[in-house]
Amino acid sequence: MIPTLLVFGYLATVFYIGIFAFRRGGGGAEDFFLAGRSLGTTVFLLSLFGTNMTAFTILGASGHAFANGVVTFSLMASSSAIVIPLTLFFFGTRLWALGKKHGFITPVQMMRDRWECGHIGSFITVVQTVFLVPYIIISVMGGGAALSAISGGMIPYWVGGAVVAIVVMSYVFFGGMRGTAWVNTFQTILFLSFGSVTIVVIGYGMGGFAPAVEGMLAEAKQAVMLTREKVSPAYFFSYMFIPLSSIAFPHMAIFCLTAKKMAAFRKTVVLYPLCIMAVWLPSVFLGVMANRATEVPGIQAKLEARAALPGAAPEQREQLQRQAAGDDVLLLLLEQYAPLWLAGLLGAGIMAAVMASDSQILALSTMVTEDLFAFYGGKERFGEAAQVLTGRGFVVGVTVVAYIVALRAPGAIFDVAVQYAFTGFAALCPLLWAALYWRRSTKWGALAATVWSVAAVAGIAVFQAVVTVPGVVVQWGEWAVLERTARGTSVLGFMPVLPVTLISLGLLVAVSLATRAPGEATLGRYFKSRPGAALQP
Amino acid sequence: MRQATLTILVVTLLILHQDFWFWREARPLLFGFLPVGLWYHMFYCVAASAMMAVLVKWAWPEEEEAEAKVAADDQERGA
Repeated sequence: MIPTLLVFGYLATVFYIGIFAFRRGGGGAEDFFLAGRSLGTTVFLLSLFGTNMTAFTILGASGHAFANGVVTFSLMASSSAIVIPLTLFFFGTRLWALGKKHGFITPVQMMRDRWECGHIGSFITVVQTVFLVPYIIISVMGGGAALSAISGGMIPYWVGGAVVAIVVMSYVFFGGMRGTAWVNTFQTILFLSFGSVTIVVIGYGMGGFAPAVEGMLAEAKQAVMLTREKVSPAYFFSYMFIPLSSIAFPHMAIFCLTAKKMAAFRKTVVLYPLCIMAVWLPSVFLGVMANRATEVPGIQAKLEARAALPGAAPEQREQLQRQAAGDDVLLLLLEQYAPLWLAGLLGAGIMAAVMASDSQILALSTMVTEDLFAFYGGKERFGEAAQVLTGRGFVVGVTVVAYIVALRAPGAIFDVAVQYAFTGFAALCPLLWAALYWRRSTKWGALAATVWSVAAVAGIAVFQAVVTVPGVVVQWGEWAVLERTARGTSVLGFMPVLPVTLISLGLLVAVSLATRAPGEATLGRYFKSRPGAALQP
Repeated sequence: MRQATLTILVVTLLILHQDFWFWREARPLLFGFLPVGLWYHMFYCVAASAMMAVLVKWAWPEEEEAEAKVAADDQERGA
């Protein structure tokens, strides 16, 4: 009961922050969608980091580590620790500067201007929307699962999901980007402190980690959890492409435009890898250690389900996989080892990470109102007030749809996110590079890459729905070209994200070179003029 | 020269992420409980932070920052 009350206290606090931000708001689209481009360094760093941390980070990561071992950290965290700051450094700063110079509120506004296009920009917006929705759904799923677990099952999953969705929707609706950034800052402080406290409390409760690790090393089946044998080097390498999705996510790109000065990026890119380490290391390590927490009945049941999986009949496999899924192991460990009041506070820290759908919902609302409503004349016809009202209406609509889908969608949080949203956005990353740095890129190249990204992600989804049994589908000599694996799909041993992103880049380059570049006047607004450029046809 | 050095630094760090040499090892354990596959990548995060500090120091897009500041000042004056 105490943890549940503390979590509700936390939910009330973030709701109030949203209302407070609403009172401080100055009105107007730029204020609602970008907090008036006024965020200072500390709020920018903490809220940008919070924006990127989701249910997937804490619950999904510990669940993945529970099943796969320490490889989870190098696979997802340390790869993000280098790739995300690099993309923020090269893409984020330039995006910010162009936004400041030309008044862009979304990346698509910049692409439209840069590539002299209209409907192609709308197509990119629709694709981004389709890719972003699953990400919002996993946050709602995570919220429902977390609140249900923290309350010991007292609050059912559907009520938990509804409560989290309503709180998030409320502070986004009222506070816009300012409210979202302030809440994210508060949340990031909570879950950054959450990691160190949790690891000490659970370590003490388990009687120290050293005996647990030695115990795992003594058992062959558990010893592999402390190495990276469960993952092939090719799969590991291809995972480096997943963090490319981060900057291509509209909420991240839009967030880059909220900084007051470019200097806000300096500390952000330097501290970002350390923040990732502080949050992910405890989550992953505790997920692995959960394999030794056999005195926790919920975890013991998961281990038994996992042990029964290899010999199980096909009709039993799905149920066993669900039972063995480890998305709630961290919450089960807290319930067992932390005192009630501390479990409540730490539960609030987990809720903070789970409620990251706020900036995604706001980004969707920004894209729809700026890239579609305003672009097709809505702003001129109905005025800026109607534009902000449309944005707020869309916040409600997206939340309701995401909640309904979350109630019906099967599968673990992690799988849904990685296979579709992350792969899709990683494949869209070349668009940002081309728009920001390659003067020869064209709208047709951008269209080709976007169409390919959608087709590829849809292809993967259909392939995995049709071919459910792991096995080789296309073989060339000794090479398994296309394979259905237990993890999803494998192309020549790599994750699909690698070929999908490289082909997207190849198409963008090839089609751009085959089509006419934007005019020199447009290019002149983005790049320094080249000697003799005016003489070129 | 500086650009080449920084490029080599970034590429080297990206390559160091693929530490296949520790693939099947759990030992040595740091503090008696952190497997090598974890602590190597913990220090890798620290190295990534240091690399970003070097990029901020030596490759910061100052010209772009100055242009944006001028544009913002112009807008303020216009308003």
